[in-house]
Amino acid sequence: MKSQTPAGSYLKRDRSWHPKALSSPYKSSIFRSPQSKLISFPATLSEETGPVFGQDLIGKLDNNLIHNYAKQGHTAIGSRIIVFGRLIDEFERPIPNSLIEIWQANSGGRYRHINETYLAALDPNFGGCGRTITDENGNYEFATIMPGPYPWPNGPNDWRPAHIHFSIFGDAFSQRLITQMYFEGDPLIQKCPIVSTLKSKTAVQRLTGILDMAKTVPMDSLAYKFDIVIRGNQQTFFENKTEGS
Amino acid sequence: MIQISDNFKESPSQTAGPYVHIGCTPNFTGMKNIYKSDLGSLMKVGPVKGEEITLKGTIFDGNGEPLKDAMLEIWQADSTGMYNSPKEIRGKPDPNFTGWGRCAVNLKTGLYKFDTVKPGRVPNREGTLQAPHITFWIVARGINVGLQTRVYFSDEITYNSSDPILTEIVEPKRAKTLLALRQGKGLYKFDIHLQGQQETIFFDI
Repeated sequence: MKSQTPAGSYLKRDRSWHPKALSSPYKSSIFRSPQSKLISFPATLSEETGPVFGQDLIGKLDNNLIHNYAKQGHTAIGSRIIVFGRLIDEFERPIPNSLIEIWQANSGGRYRHINETYLAALDPNFGGCGRTITDENGNYEFATIMPGPYPWPNGPNDWRPAHIHFSIFGDAFSQRLITQMYFEGDPLIQKCPIVSTLKSKTAVQRLTGILDMAKTVPMDSLAYKFDIVIRGNQQTFFENKTEGS
Repeated sequence: MIQISDNFKESPSQTAGPYVHIGCTPNFTGMKNIYKSDLGSLMKVGPVKGEEITLKGTIFDGNGEPLKDAMLEIWQADSTGMYNSPKEIRGKPDPNFTGWGRCAVNLKTGLYKFDTVKPGRVPNREGTLQAPHITFWIVARGINVGLQTRVYFSDEITYNSSDPILTEIVEPKRAKTLLALRQGKGLYKFDIHLQGQQETIFFDI
């Protein structure tokens, strides 16, 4: 039987661009970083396929963190913001119908989690999780509140800059990615041991959401733009090139 | 080799942190009224074809301590080797099997567990059928880029002994770090070691 290999061959991850497994200023990585080299082989269907979720998964308030945990008639406390952007691949092609999940601390920098010990108050109307599926052009949008910075047990006095965690699927399991979005102008960005696992300034900029006045809602919400890029598929790239332009 | 400018390279990874559950398994954290159920908690959505199995284990750090804040995802073929993915063009996968599972490890013990089916064989790029395997993806505090590995089955001796990845790609003495050990009918144990003598093989594919 001749094998039929569907579209495949994702661009290799640039491991010098991503954080190294071990980054000792981030103490948790010390005992959790594999020490042997990662092993590579040509991707198979196991890496080049992946789960895909339908729009029917998403409830009406799933992308609205201001309301999705709030009691009737209440809203989450904090500065209202819109976080939006486009999911594209490394060839700048939009990735439609792809699940994006986010989670974050509340406006006081407190997470709703059993292991959380920070003394800032919980907001009874804020859960901190949201999800959406990109539209046909790869666009996504969340309504939420500005997360607060918070101290964390690492060095004697380390603070996380305000951030939102992002979980991205794409359409192949080899594109699976978790990252964080920071906020333009936050002075804590450059002091953070987790941000500094990134060795290039451009990499940090790429994780920084930019205030976009054009997208703000007057008398309602500020807006931050955060585009996300996942690994590009070389095979479909070249196929499209020959067929198209 | 294609060069991608830094402006369009893959977004750099950052750790999932200790509270990954809030975003990925909110029901597990006790937030029951945002999503109906935690995504990936059920891989079998009806009667499935093939052998139903349970796969469980623990992730250990370099001190031999279990990770109690990790999240794992698995992706696998159905019992006939078909993926439940729009990119599957070889045939029809089992409609009652999603192929994708997600599990937050137990916050007290670190144990994970997947109720799934034994995967069938899937061809590699050359068309050679590979030994049955499941792709694992692990994120947690202290893990800067999600770790990917593959799990094979200790009782698939014939297929394992002719699998190009197990026999040619990885060091023979480390190959056993990829084996789920059969512990009884339909029950397999697969522990993951992030460091040390038994460090699991992780892949960059």
